[in-house]
Amino acid sequence: MASILLPEVPVPGFSFENSQRNAFLAQKGFPAPTATKTGTTIVGIIYADGVILGADTRATENTVVSDKNCQKIHYLAGNMYCCGAGTAADTEMTTQSVSSQLELQRLHTGRTVAVETAATLLKRMLFRYQGYIGAALVLGGVDRTGPHIYCIYPHGSVDKLPYATMGSGSLAAMAVFEANWKPNMTEEEGKKLVRDAIAAGIFNDLGSGSNVDLCVIRSQGPAQYLRTYEEANVKGKKQGSYRYPLGTTAVLKQSVIPLEVTSVTVTASPQPMDVEPSHSRR
Amino acid sequence: MAFMGDMMNPAPFWQNGPAPGAFYNFPGNSSSFGPSNHSVKEFKAHSAQPITTTTTVIGVKFDKGCVIAADTLGSYGTLARFRDCPRVIRVNDLIMLGSGGDYADYQYLKDIIEQKIIDEQCIGDGLNLKPRSLYCWLTRVLYNKRCKMDPLWSNYIVAGIQDGEPFLGSVDKLGTAYEDAAIATGLGAYMATPLLREGVDKGNLDEETAKALVRKCMEVLYYRDARAFARYQLGVVTAAGVKIDDVTEIAHNWSLAHMIHMK
Amino acid sequence: MLSIDGNFPEYAVPGAKQVRFEPYADNGGSIVAIAGEDYAVIGADTRLSTGFSIYTREQKKLFKLSDKTVLGATGCWCDTLTLTRLLQARMQMYEHDHNKSMTTPAVAQMLSTMLYYKRFFPYYVSNVLAGLDAEGKGCVYSYDPIGHCERSNYRAGGSAGAQLQPLLDNQIGLKNMQNVKEAPIPREKALALLKDVFISAAERDIYTGDCIYILIITANGIQEEKFELRKD
Repeated sequence: MASILLPEVPVPGFSFENSQRNAFLAQKGFPAPTATKTGTTIVGIIYADGVILGADTRATENTVVSDKNCQKIHYLAGNMYCCGAGTAADTEMTTQSVSSQLELQRLHTGRTVAVETAATLLKRMLFRYQGYIGAALVLGGVDRTGPHIYCIYPHGSVDKLPYATMGSGSLAAMAVFEANWKPNMTEEEGKKLVRDAIAAGIFNDLGSGSNVDLCVIRSQGPAQYLRTYEEANVKGKKQGSYRYPLGTTAVLKQSVIPLEVTSVTVTASPQPMDVEPSHSRR
Repeated sequence: MAFMGDMMNPAPFWQNGPAPGAFYNFPGNSSSFGPSNHSVKEFKAHSAQPITTTTTVIGVKFDKGCVIAADTLGSYGTLARFRDCPRVIRVNDLIMLGSGGDYADYQYLKDIIEQKIIDEQCIGDGLNLKPRSLYCWLTRVLYNKRCKMDPLWSNYIVAGIQDGEPFLGSVDKLGTAYEDAAIATGLGAYMATPLLREGVDKGNLDEETAKALVRKCMEVLYYRDARAFARYQLGVVTAAGVKIDDVTEIAHNWSLAHMIHMK
Repeated sequence: MLSIDGNFPEYAVPGAKQVRFEPYADNGGSIVAIAGEDYAVIGADTRLSTGFSIYTREQKKLFKLSDKTVLGATGCWCDTLTLTRLLQARMQMYEHDHNKSMTTPAVAQMLSTMLYYKRFFPYYVSNVLAGLDAEGKGCVYSYDPIGHCERSNYRAGGSAGAQLQPLLDNQIGLKNMQNVKEAPIPREKALALLKDVFISAAERDIYTGDCIYILIITANGIQEEKFELRKD
C-alpha cells in the first residue's frame, strides 16, 4: 500500500499493464486503434559548411490526411535537429526525451554535445524496444568534428551518410539525390537540392504532401529553422459561400441563467528565470 | 438472341452453386467480400509467384516519339542468374514493346505477338497493327488471365506512333491499363517516375534530352535497385521506325563510397 | 482447418510467406454527380493511383455512353475498363436491335444486371451514372459493386465518397435545417458546388487530386470542363 511513509514510486518507462488485455481483445476482433503515421519524406544532406535537413508537412491516418501542416523537423540541441518519420507520437516523444538528455549532458560537461552522442542515445532507445517504437529518423548536426548526417531505423540500426532520406517518399527523394548530389555544395545549391528532393516526395508519394520545411545548421552561428520554406501546394479557392443564415439550426430548448459578474484586477510583475538560454552553444 | 440464352430450355437456376445440403463456401461471399481478406479456396492459384524476374522498364514520350529502356538481368529470386535477357522488342515499324516481371510469361506473350505480326504480313493487305490495338489486346489478355486466377505475372509498356502522334501506354498483370507521358514499372515506379515527370513537366523534350533523361534514370536505378544491372537496352520509336540500340553499359561512379566512414 | 496463424500463433514466424495472387487493386478516385431540372453534371478527379504512388495524373474516369448518359466509375481500374467496354458493346447491340439509343434509365437497369451477374467475383467498381431521363429531366443513379441501384438527385462516390456525401446532403439535400425552402438547384450553382466539394476532397483524401474532369449533360449535348486541383 502506498502511503506518505512508503510512497509507491512509479516504474519508469512505458506501462504495459493493458497489453495482455489488448492482445485478447484483438483476438476477439477488436483491434487497437491505428496511430497517426507521418507517411513522410524526410531528408538530410551535408554541404560545404554544415548540414541541411528537409521535411514535408503531411500527416496521415490511412488514406485520410490528418494534419496538413505538421512539423517533422524536431529540435534536439542548438547544434542538431532530427527529422522524424513513422508513428507521429513515437518520433515526437523519442526526440523530446533525447533532447532533454542532451541538454543535461551539455549542462553536465559544459560543452557542445557531439552529434554522435545523440545518434547513440537514439539508436539505444530504439534498439531496446525492438522496432515497437516506430520512429525512422534522419539526424543532422554540426559539432567540433564537423557536419554529420545519421539515418536511424526503427529497429535501431544506423547509417552515417553524406545524404540520407527516410519515410514513404524516401525513394523519390533518394532518386533526386542520386542524380544531383555532389560534395562541397554551396548553401544555395544545397537548399535547392533539398527542396527538390522534398518536392519529389510531395508530388510523387501520396503519403507526403503540403509544404517544404528546411533547417540549415552551419558550422558557425545558430541553426536556421526555415518553417514553410516553400508552400508547394495552395488550397483551391472556393467559389460558393457556405455561411448559414441565422435560425438555420433548430432551437429545441432555451433557458436563461442569470450570472453575477464582478471584475477583479490583478497585477503581477514579471520575474525572469535565472537560467542561461537553452539554445546557446559553448 | 444474344445474351438471352435459350428461353425454351433455360440453364439450371443455380448451375454453378453448391448441391443442396453441400458445404457452402462461395468464393468471394459476403463475409470475405472486398479487395483483401478473402479466402478464395475454390480458385486454383496456378502461378503463385513469378520465378525468373526482371525489374524496371522505363518509357517516356518526346515531341516526335517515345523511348523505352530496360536492363538485361534475369533474377532468380535474389540470385542474379541470367545476364542477357533482352526485353525491349520491335513489334513492327511503329510499335515497340518493353516488359518487366516474370521473364517466362513475357517470352510466351512475345511469341504470340510475333506470330500475330507474321499472320498479318501473310494476309498482305497492307494493314499494320497499331500501338493502341496492341495495348488494348494486351489489356484483354492480361485481364482474362487474372480472372482465371492464373495471371501472366508481368508489366508491359507499349510505345509507338498512332496516327502520327506518339503513344505510350502501360498494362500490368491485372489488366490495369493507362497512358501517360512518363511510365516506369517495378521499383522504377518509385525512383524513376519522379525524375521522368520532372523532365516531362519542363516541356519540349526532344529525342536527345529524352534519351539522356532515361539514361540518368537507369543509372540511378542501378545505384539503388538491388535487382538492377549495369547493361541495358534503349529503344526509340519515331515515325521513321523503331531503333533499338545494342546493349550498352551504364557509366557508374562509386567514388562516393570512399566518403562514408562510420566514425 | 489447422493453420499456423490461427492455431499455433507462437510458431508463426515473420519472414518468407507465400503470397496469394490478389486479383483486385484499389486505384482510387472520386466522383460527384448532381442532377437538376433539365441538366445533369458529373465530375471525377483524374488521378489514377495504387498504394502510395500515382500511375497517372490525367486519367479520365467518365465514359460518355450516349449523348444523354455518362458513367463515372472508380475503384479497381482493370474492372472499370472491362465493365465499360462490355456496357458500350451491349448498348451498341441494343441500338442495332431497336434502332434507337438506350435511355438513361434503361442503361441504369442494364448496368445493375451486369454487376449482379458477377455477384461472386464482382467488378470492384463504384459506379455513378448521370444523364437525362426520357422526359429530359436530370437523373443520377448510384450503385454498389454488386448491382444495387438507386436513383437520386445527387451522389458522391469513390474513395472520398464518404467525406463528400454529407456535404452534398447539406448543400443540396438541405438536411436538418430550418427556414430553408427547397428549390431546384441552378446549373451554375451545381457546377460551383461540385468544384468546391472536390477542393475539399483533395485536401483530405490522398487518392483525390490533380484535376477534375467535368461533363455537363443537357438536351443540347455534352459540354466538357476541366478544373485544376492540388497535385500532392
